[in-house]
Amino acid sequence: MKIAVCIKRVPDTETRIRIAGDGASIDETGVKFIINPYDEFAVEEALQRRDKAGGGEVVVIALGPDAGQETIRSVLAMGADRGVLLKAERIPADALAVAKALAAELKDGGYDLVLFGKMAADDYHHGVGPMVAELLDLPCVTAISKLELEGGKGVAEREIEGGVEVVEFALPAVLTAEKGLNTPRYPALKGIMAAKKKPIEIKPAALGEARAIVTSLSLPPDRKAGRIVGEGPDAVPELVRLLRTEAKVL
Amino acid sequence: MAPRFEGVDFYDVGSLLSEEERAVRDTVRQWVDDRLLPVINQHYLEGRFPLQLVPQMAELGLFGANLPEEYGCAGLNNVAYGLIMQELERGDSGVRSFASVQGALVMYPIHAFGSEEQRKTWLPKMASGEVIGCFGLTEPDFGSNPGGMITTAREAAGGWVLNGAKMWITNGSTAKVAIIWAKTGALDDASSIRGFIVPTDTPGFSAKDQKGKLSLRASDTSELVLEDVKLGKDALLPGSKGLKSPLSCLTQARYGIAWGAVGAAMGCYDEALRYAKQRVMFGKPIAGFQLQQQRLVEMLSEITKAQLLVLQLGRLKDQGKASPQQVSLAKRNNVDMACDIAREARRLLGANGILAEYSAMRHLANLESVYTYEGTHDMHTLILGEEITGIGAFE
Ligand SMILES: Cc1cc2nc3c(=O)[nH]c(=O)nc-3n(C[C@H](O)[C@H](O)[C@H](O)COP(=O)(O)OP(=O)(O)OC[C@H]3O[C@@H](n4cnc5c(N)ncnc54)[C@H](O)[C@@H]3O)c2cc1C
Repeated sequence: MKIAVCIKRVPDTETRIRIAGDGASIDETGVKFIINPYDEFAVEEALQRRDKAGGGEVVVIALGPDAGQETIRSVLAMGADRGVLLKAERIPADALAVAKALAAELKDGGYDLVLFGKMAADDYHHGVGPMVAELLDLPCVTAISKLELEGGKGVAEREIEGGVEVVEFALPAVLTAEKGLNTPRYPALKGIMAAKKKPIEIKPAALGEARAIVTSLSLPPDRKAGRIVGEGPDAVPELVRLLRTEAKVL
Repeated sequence: MAPRFEGVDFYDVGSLLSEEERAVRDTVRQWVDDRLLPVINQHYLEGRFPLQLVPQMAELGLFGANLPEEYGCAGLNNVAYGLIMQELERGDSGVRSFASVQGALVMYPIHAFGSEEQRKTWLPKMASGEVIGCFGLTEPDFGSNPGGMITTAREAAGGWVLNGAKMWITNGSTAKVAIIWAKTGALDDASSIRGFIVPTDTPGFSAKDQKGKLSLRASDTSELVLEDVKLGKDALLPGSKGLKSPLSCLTQARYGIAWGAVGAAMGCYDEALRYAKQRVMFGKPIAGFQLQQQRLVEMLSEITKAQLLVLQLGRLKDQGKASPQQVSLAKRNNVDMACDIAREARRLLGANGILAEYSAMRHLANLESVYTYEGTHDMHTLILGEEITGIGAFE
């Protein structure tokens, strides 16, 4: 079983974000970067599938600056076999540009499965996975929470509003992972040492022209300070009145 | 749930680490947040070691992590090993103690003084957590002065017979194997001390939990009794010779403790800083009062110094150049500063500081054991005093 997992390096979801001087990107000084949390589920699924199939290869692919190598290596430490960094000065905001570069890399790879996280935690696009599927003309199931594979076929479950959707598809296919698909493993310390010796191929990303750009970024407004309307049972009528008239939640 | 710990690193010490070293640190850090911290309070209050975490720790490769891969260990350098200890002790000193004993006090002597057969028999099983070990040096009447021990090993037909008692033995009741130090010659002859591998199910060996601890409660501390314990010839660690053998194990463990103390201090500082920013008194966060700022600044300064100290010690150790006295200085300095920081953090937290819900008081109580074991603070003062003056103040 040959599986590709496409991963993105994103700011730690718990870092405090500051906007950079250009007003359209984040200031990266002191920001800790991690693998996109949804991609971790994709990685874990790929590793489990490979091991269950009793062999094959898990190739991890990232697009972006050099620092992406560290993210790739963290996945090699979890057990992936080799990495590819499609080098670009920065990760374009244009999902289609990213998808085209990834598709060009994946096209002749002979992969049975191409896995993504359902979205990137930094841009919320949800776009790159399905776009790659489209470009490769492969079936695509997004936000899967369960997966069964047998023969040349797969069955995936998606949690949709109020229920579960079961989707059958033919391999090769592109899948994007939802939280809860599995429990991602910790890289064992031996894995971290072994990752040093695994190959990472670095080549320029075939990025076309970016046709969508971010023009500005802003932080959410500060929350207004709370107000104490009184104490004890006496305060209840006033509280109810304000919830009705001001907050309009009742 | 507590927010994820992001480390304390005012001087960008992280940039002095290799990518692998950072990856090791971050992996253990996350494991501590995810798996250890959610259960530690309950275990601490009940006075039980969280034994259920041992398989996970083994799977990560935390046991004997700086020993070679051919014995099933992770083969890390000493800095990465130190970072493991730092992160574990940010969780709890008892859990770090478990890993120290398993790796530095049991696996290390088997590796350093054992025969190839002993290494092959024990090390892979200990790395995988299948066998838990303990280290018996201290006796009821011989603590700081282990050379005075009265446990004996006598040669008998086909092997050895051990008699004596050991006290304060971490993992003592949990262990499947004990490294027991005993005199093979006269009681006044410390050079006759040798190490023995003793399976704890050998007749005559018994362990009893030491009750009533108010420190290191999430750790098993036991008394061992050896009554005519009969062992084969192959129980002896052939390379062990004299008091310097167990002392060299202690140097390994102390090295890890110096790192661990930094972790405990970081945990306390992190908690105190968060609390200070959020606790409002007299109309503003207590972090806005000069006295609390000074507390926090002192903590950060001491942590930063301690952090650089252990890193350089680790680099020296990786070059084979760290002396036992340098390790003494780091253990002495770092555990002492961690004790101070834990106490100040607890005070900063006010009444909440005495609750198990916060970690400061648990760390504070734990660190009192760490201050005493592996050579008391005083003994390290004397070791260093002798080193710099050339005049021994003890023995
Ligand atoms: C929780 C815990 C776990 C432990 N785990 C282990 C273990 O796994 N294996 C093991 O072998 N041991 C273990 N120990 C034992 C530990 O190493 C000893 O407690 C330590 O060496 C001190 O010995 P002692 O308690 O007998 O104190 P003592 O030696 O009696 O010292 C009492 C006081 O006198 C001071 N003192 C002693 N000699 C001098 C001197 N010459 N000059 C000035 N002051 C001096 C000491 O600093 C101390 O303040 C553990 C201890 C604890 C608390």
